[in-house]
Amino acid sequence: MAYDMYQEKILDHYKRPRNFGHLEHPDLEGAESNPLCGDKIRLELRLDPSRKTVDDVRFSGEGCAISVASASMLTARIKGKPLSEISRLHRKDVEEMLGIPLSPVRVKCALTSLKALAEALLPTPTPLVTEEEPPVPASGTGS
Amino acid sequence: MQELEAGGAAGCRKDFPLLRRVFHGRPLVYLDSAATSQKPEEVIAAEVEYYSRLNANVHRGVYALSEEATDAYEAARARVARFVGAKDPEEIVFVRGTTEALNLLATSWGRRELKKGDRVVATEMEHHSNIVPWHLLRGTPGIDLEFVSITDDGKLDGPDFDRKVIRGTRVLTMTHVSNVLGTLNPVRELAEKAHDAGAMVVLDAAQSAPHLPLDVEKLGVDFLAFSGHKVLGPTGIGVLWGRKELLGKMEPYMGGGEMIVEVGPREITYKDPPYRFEAGTPNVAGAVVLSRALDYLEKVGWEEIQAHERDLIRDGWEQLRGTFGDSIRVYGPRPSDGHHAVLSFTFPRIHPHDVASLLDADGVAVRAGHHCAQLIMKRYGVPAMTRASYGIYNTREDTRQLVESLQKVVRLLGTP
Ligand SMILES: Cc1ncc(COP(=O)(O)O)c(C=O)c1O
Repeated sequence: MAYDMYQEKILDHYKRPRNFGHLEHPDLEGAESNPLCGDKIRLELRLDPSRKTVDDVRFSGEGCAISVASASMLTARIKGKPLSEISRLHRKDVEEMLGIPLSPVRVKCALTSLKALAEALLPTPTPLVTEEEPPVPASGTGS
Repeated sequence: MQELEAGGAAGCRKDFPLLRRVFHGRPLVYLDSAATSQKPEEVIAAEVEYYSRLNANVHRGVYALSEEATDAYEAARARVARFVGAKDPEEIVFVRGTTEALNLLATSWGRRELKKGDRVVATEMEHHSNIVPWHLLRGTPGIDLEFVSITDDGKLDGPDFDRKVIRGTRVLTMTHVSNVLGTLNPVRELAEKAHDAGAMVVLDAAQSAPHLPLDVEKLGVDFLAFSGHKVLGPTGIGVLWGRKELLGKMEPYMGGGEMIVEVGPREITYKDPPYRFEAGTPNVAGAVVLSRALDYLEKVGWEEIQAHERDLIRDGWEQLRGTFGDSIRVYGPRPSDGHHAVLSFTFPRIHPHDVASLLDADGVAVRAGHHCAQLIMKRYGVPAMTRASYGIYNTREDTRQLVESLQKVVRLLGTP
């Protein structure tokens, strides 16, 4: 039921999102949009000098309570963590973080930030992802 | 008002069985008729009756049943012609819906008649189904597609219309009523200007057909499209009306059975319209049942329907504005300015998706999203809107429930 979805923890992250904004020189970036509701979530990551750990992270964009809260929780979850760990994050981790059952429609909202993260972590030919060349998103959302 | 107490226009609400359903323990408040209308008992019964008594393929059998089915199908065509004020049933092409009608037109007329650099003018308030088929012609033959802009209060911008619809424009294609803003466009006046400029005029009547009487002669357009499922009829049936002389010059859209006179290994001759555009077995049941839906609408009566829906929109606008004041943004013209059937709104910093989810918990069905009209979202600088849309069976009570649920949403998600 819908009201169960909007628990205090989710509302808190929605109204006071953590790590919201931009980084000056992000090492990795990913964005995902959900054309159904016009949501867009962008993630920016800065790595430690050895490029193994996420030193800092920000997210930006617009979305519903579920997509903003899950982005906020995700950034808190990955900050300071090794890439090897965060690259294994999965749908069920997001569901656990949110702590609510998700309808098929709202799952898309919840996973928007995870997809942005997956895009940021895509293997790249050069050490740095350039800003001009975001990898092509997998979903056929068109433009 | 008496009729409101009875429920719906002329007390018709009781005829719609689906409206008795309960969701999450609450009776359904259906405010999504712009997406699709619910169906009255009579229309549902007509579907059963068709398959129980009439079903056979059309234009093929020499046996009595096939002739009866063919007669019913052709009678439906005549019924639809009457519904849109067309003189000749042969100007009615049965299609799947507005989307198919507009694609058929843009393809069969556009690919043949339009050349590189030809100017086609649409408006910013079009549904994607009246944008994308024309967009496809930007590649080949390479048309120039322009959009008339919208004013802050949701009307077409007159001076911009005059700037865009210039001499030599080949097509003006526009919606009659906006599915987001509820705007009723002054079609006759705009069509006259477009004709003076030399353009052909296409009208998307998907959102007007359920709410007001159509008359292609009075509207002065050349083509018109609407969908059966939005006028209390079944899904999968729709209508393209076109002037006979224009339809006659168009190439087929799909090829197949029933649309040819003769097929040889090297040459083919096609039937005349409308059959040229109805390849394969048509949606016979759909057409027949659609004609019953049109009967139902006209039985309720346009005067009743229009008076009732005007009241719903005026009341809905006032309830929303009165309850939420400046914290709600309601889009489109004022109710006194011809606002029809839909109320789209946003609350600052509350996402429409959340609004619709939470309303659903109270059994209130509304739509949230871009409503297949991204140019409108861009125009007003929002990613999405929540839309409550009305049909003949809605009542002021539906709006009251909407507002009550919205108050809960604002309490939960509004910034403290
Ligand atoms: C204005 C308008 N045009 C066209 C359509 C497309 O109709 P259909 O999906 O029935 O083809 C719609 C339906 O939402 C509409 O509102």
